[in-house]
Amino acid sequence: MGGMQGFGHVRPLTAEPAFAEPWEGKAFALGLLSIRAAGANLHAFRHALERVPPGEYLGDYYDRWLHASQILLADSGILSAEQVAARAARLSGSDAAEPDPPEPHKPSMASGGPGNLRTLDTPPAFAVGDRVRTADLHTPGHTKLPAYVRRRTGTVTAVRQAEVFPDTAATFQGENPQHCYAVEFDSRELWGPDAEPFRLSIDLFEPYLEKVT
Amino acid sequence: MTTAADHIDPALRAEALASLLIERGLVDQATMDNFIKTYEQSVGPMNGAKVVARAWTDPGYAERLLADGTAAIAELGFKGPQGEHIVVLQNTPEVHHVVVCTLCSCYPWPVLGLPPSWYKDPSYRSRIVREPRAVLAEFGLELGDDVAIRVFDSSSEVRYMVLPMRPAGTDGLSEEELAALVTRDSMVGVAEAAAP
Repeated sequence: MGGMQGFGHVRPLTAEPAFAEPWEGKAFALGLLSIRAAGANLHAFRHALERVPPGEYLGDYYDRWLHASQILLADSGILSAEQVAARAARLSGSDAAEPDPPEPHKPSMASGGPGNLRTLDTPPAFAVGDRVRTADLHTPGHTKLPAYVRRRTGTVTAVRQAEVFPDTAATFQGENPQHCYAVEFDSRELWGPDAEPFRLSIDLFEPYLEKVT
Repeated sequence: MTTAADHIDPALRAEALASLLIERGLVDQATMDNFIKTYEQSVGPMNGAKVVARAWTDPGYAERLLADGTAAIAELGFKGPQGEHIVVLQNTPEVHHVVVCTLCSCYPWPVLGLPPSWYKDPSYRSRIVREPRAVLAEFGLELGDDVAIRVFDSSSEVRYMVLPMRPAGTDGLSEEELAALVTRDSMVGVAEAAAP
């Protein structure tokens, strides 16, 4: 959402409970547990969040988690949306018939170990101080290259540990670990000459970057 | 595009999903309750506050914290999901750091717990990377023109925590008293630590 306009002022709140209502806690737990039940991963969950229809996406945060959980479970053939709707109707007192569950077809993707940090044999292509330009990538599906830093020139300020590549892991095409860099951009490179002066740092994977010579 | 499933009250949707998964043995009620309890009670900004107070009182610890946040935070017993790789950003009189996740809501759970509502709202996520000074002013944080702003967008598995400046007039305070001054917002970078 970086740089999008029209969402108004921030609404600071200094104290609030972890979950404003009991269902939010359930939605949080169900999100994490649905990843397991669907045989998916965190990247696939984020990709599912991005596939929640825009109206719901901009609504309640934990309702978004419920929708994303349902998407993951439906993708893996664990539960259908129709089953959830019928169960919701029954819980509300209707005698709606419940459809049979779909045929499970969980994804399978080789895992290089727990978590997302990895070690690569190949050396990183870039070093601290290198000038890099973000590629004009429009990856279908999931990516961690936000639109607002695409086609922009910045400076590598740190080489992070390599990680599982979200762009392929989200769709179960493999961990495909990549070197990761903190890249810093001047605000005017992002938002034009009249931008507030500041610098923005973002962690970007090697396939997103080209060296500027 | 709408489907019949799109118009279910969230509380009811949660109940329906939970009951379907539990009855098929795909989700365990006790595990679910345990997740909820953990993030309601044991994991939250009080953890990060202890880290900050330790860094304020122990220069060796502060050095380790800035060099390898994950390891130094684990020294105090804090680790777990969304804390695989934590980088700590030190605020100084010259440089102020502020953290966001424009793509989703990535946040360093082991030290700060689950993110507050404003962190997840479109207004914060869209604007802090474009006009941070204006957004910080809306939080009541007016930074001088001589303070450089660095915004960190959490786009990988690296999670960021801000080490706020120790407030003036706190020389005689214990580590525990100092921790009470460390607010959640000061560790995200939308506020300074509270005055004693």
